[in-house]
Amino acid sequence: MTAADQGTGPGDGSGARREAITRGDVVAWMRAFAAAVARDRDHLTELDAAIGDADHGINMERGMQAVLGRLDALDALGELAGGGVGELLKTVGMTLVSSVGGAAGPLYGTLLLQMGSAAGQASELTLSDWASALAAGVSGAQARGKAELADKTMIDALVPAAEALQAGAASGLSLAEALRQSAAAAQRGMEATVPLVARKGRASYLGERSAGHQDPGATSSWLLLHAAATALPAGLAP
Amino acid sequence: MKKLINRPQDVVQDALAGVALAHGDRLKVHTAPDYIVRADAPLRGKVAIVSGGGSGHEPLHGGFVGRGMLDAACPGQIFTSPTPDQVLAATRAVDGGAGVLLIVKNYTGDVMNFEMAADLARDEGIVVESVVIDDDVALQDGRHTAGRRGVGATVLAEKICGAAAERRRPLAEVAELCRKVNAGARSMGVALTSCTVPMVGKPTLELGPDEIEFGVGIHGEPGRERRPAASAHDIVAALATAIVDDLPFGRGDRVLAFVNGLGGTPLLELYVVYNELHTLLASRGIVIARNLVGSYMTALDMAGCSITLLRLDDELAALWDAPVVTTGLRWGA
Repeated sequence: MTAADQGTGPGDGSGARREAITRGDVVAWMRAFAAAVARDRDHLTELDAAIGDADHGINMERGMQAVLGRLDALDALGELAGGGVGELLKTVGMTLVSSVGGAAGPLYGTLLLQMGSAAGQASELTLSDWASALAAGVSGAQARGKAELADKTMIDALVPAAEALQAGAASGLSLAEALRQSAAAAQRGMEATVPLVARKGRASYLGERSAGHQDPGATSSWLLLHAAATALPAGLAP
Repeated sequence: MKKLINRPQDVVQDALAGVALAHGDRLKVHTAPDYIVRADAPLRGKVAIVSGGGSGHEPLHGGFVGRGMLDAACPGQIFTSPTPDQVLAATRAVDGGAGVLLIVKNYTGDVMNFEMAADLARDEGIVVESVVIDDDVALQDGRHTAGRRGVGATVLAEKICGAAAERRRPLAEVAELCRKVNAGARSMGVALTSCTVPMVGKPTLELGPDEIEFGVGIHGEPGRERRPAASAHDIVAALATAIVDDLPFGRGDRVLAFVNGLGGTPLLELYVVYNELHTLLASRGIVIARNLVGSYMTALDMAGCSITLLRLDDELAALWDAPVVTTGLRWGA
């Protein structure tokens, strides 16, 4: 489905705003996420030190630096702009899989790879396409990690965010507003991990002692969705 | 933080360069992606054994690459599992046509990365079996957690499966043997101090001067409970009782007893532990038929130890005794 199919093209009454996501927007999203991870690296690591093994911020920063390097390399080759959104999402996913390690590598890698598969060959995605792609990515990460809601994992931020985005798309919200609500849902999901007892990942070894701490994976997932809400609409100037 | 390092982010690469220079006659160290293979790999017709995990547990796994043990090891960043491309590249490098066994410690990241690698290798037509080791009794309830962690039994499984592969046993049998070792082994550890991850720069675990952490993991993750420091006698009694009661081991059992240092404990103390363990097991009618005492699966600079017991039969004992030539374990050759 293209932007035109959604009736958001010129002359359909939606004004001059472009309501579709391009490769350039994905690049902006990844750069914003990389900046957020670098800024919050120590915070993520401290959260992980409390209930895990104190490497989440370090691993995510290494992975996002690798993604930035890959994007720069594509840019140097003149290959950043052309091609499908899905292909670029898959490139980011493979880079994360081969650079992050730990549990976060396969999980974020699978999230981006599955988003890329769902996005297909299109050069731009409508809000509805994008919401479907995110939902596919979240399902992929959930299948990879075999986590359920309330297991105190990144799934607790990702699932509500994907659901909010799909609801926003269905109810005709603007792209910016739908992304904002999706990020807000991720934030609520992240905050809701605090009282939970972990049932997956290294934090689960702590049993009851894992309660009272915010999950580091849910926190980096919120950063990812928050970066989407800030970076994606920024590219939608008339 | 005082460590013999340069830049914290370079520790693994700097160490791999040292391994390549020190043992280049027997090992090949490949970088980007990182893996260590025995110099004579691949061996045609021999099942290849690949393991790996986060760095910081040396000599596990790279120190166990060589004749009679592993064909390749994939070192991740410190306490971070290796990535699928590392495992895939190592698997390709050692496959001698008889298939590849992946020995994986049960941690969420390790299991997922090795699963992805196994899928990719199978897509390329390599026959791969994967066995997950989960011998840590510190976690009593496996249903509501990521499951028991893979600890000391990993070393024993790598040695025993390596010997079987060297005897040209087929992949299905080597994998079954790995599951047998895992099923018959139980472990538990205790930390006297925390370790310090170079990139973090401060201790992972806040342990008071008179506190010890029972059931600690090999990454400094907290364990079953915190207790006041105690004598070796009392600590060994607590660890060994938890282990013996879990399998359970019983009167007349012959076992391999593995007393493992976690990196910051002197060998002298490990022998004090072994002495206590021997006495306790003897009182329960359990016979130590083989033993291993030393620091083989460490947690950086953590002080403490783990105890692993493996129930032995004649097959396992013979494979344990078979020659091994690695930088970490060497006998009979």
